[in-house]
Amino acid sequence: MTTTETESEIAADWADCMLRIHAERDTAAFSRLFEHFAPRVKAFLMKSGADAALAEECAQDVMATVWRKAHLFDPSRASAATWIFTVARNRRIDFLRKQRRPEPEELTWGPEAEPDQADVVALQQESEKLAKAIATLPAKQRELIEKAYYGDLTHSEIAEVTGLPLGTIKSRLRLALDRLRHAMQ
Amino acid sequence: MSIKHHLSEPLLMGYSAGTLPEAFNLLVATHISMCDECRAELASYDAVGGTLLEDCGSAEMSGDALATVLACLGEDTGKTDRRATPRRPGGGVLPTPLSDYVGGDLDAVKWRSVGGGVRQAILETSPEASVRLLHIPAGMAMPDHGHHGQELTLVLQGAFRDESERFARGDVEIADEDTMHTPVAEPGEDCICLAATDAPLKFKNLLARLAQPFFRI
Repeated sequence: MTTTETESEIAADWADCMLRIHAERDTAAFSRLFEHFAPRVKAFLMKSGADAALAEECAQDVMATVWRKAHLFDPSRASAATWIFTVARNRRIDFLRKQRRPEPEELTWGPEAEPDQADVVALQQESEKLAKAIATLPAKQRELIEKAYYGDLTHSEIAEVTGLPLGTIKSRLRLALDRLRHAMQ
Repeated sequence: MSIKHHLSEPLLMGYSAGTLPEAFNLLVATHISMCDECRAELASYDAVGGTLLEDCGSAEMSGDALATVLACLGEDTGKTDRRATPRRPGGGVLPTPLSDYVGGDLDAVKWRSVGGGVRQAILETSPEASVRLLHIPAGMAMPDHGHHGQELTLVLQGAFRDESERFARGDVEIADEDTMHTPVAEPGEDCICLAATDAPLKFKNLLARLAQPFFRI
């Protein structure tokens, strides 16, 4: 991978790895995905309060789940990063909270098993836009979004940690979401 | 299906981030199984999570981590676990996430009478919030009640009316501390709802209040 590749080309590359894992059980593609995402998943779990050993064990488990469930990945509905995030989030609930995680029914696949390429490209471009929009959020808004996702904290718990009134947190999160939504139009 | 009352932003974001209590997760997953609009909204919250995962920095994995995982994969080749198989709507009244908790469709629900013809079945979840199925005979009012915390009510069959609005299959009513309401099941079909709350309900009526600790409503 060279530095001249755009974000969405890199994302397309990860999506391609996912499809190879599913179609060909390609361990080389899996290894590349592992090298990139396992350390991120581990960091994400440590930010959620797991110690290094638990985060390591859980991150390995997340990556093994990625291999096992690769057939559920649909590049027209989620980027590889987004899909791995959802796997990591669910394993975090299993591991750290020891709870079941109810998931919505899967959408049934139509007769055409292959996702539409135009949808795949559109999704990659939107993901790139979203990444830029999040990167340019005001620091205070971005910080709260991160806390809400990484911290395993409810809004009231964020209020306790940050000392901010709950109303302020809710309005900052709302501003951040409005800004993201606006950027995506 | 024309769903008019949807999940709120904080609920969708909390579900995506994985910070809601299990009881609320179950209600959210059940609603999303019926509602494409909220499913699409959820996908965008998940995309925020995906972007943050890309940017959250990295923590070095142990030297043999990849080898360890690769070694386990061999055992899994070609094998997919049960939960990994795409699930299909079964055509029953209860969407899959809910029938997983009940252990079947409506005929598998272990109802208990709570008086006035109303029946309920509490589903087992983690203790910080609770969730139950409610069966309210057509035309019957729920006991008049307010709320300490947040209460979500998702209609699965029939419909009910609040002071000003109608809730039918797929609709979610979101009530909080300030809501004092008297939901009434519409005439016709009995109303079946899934209700999740993070605090015990408070009843205005003394008898209902006395009965509350016994029936856990």
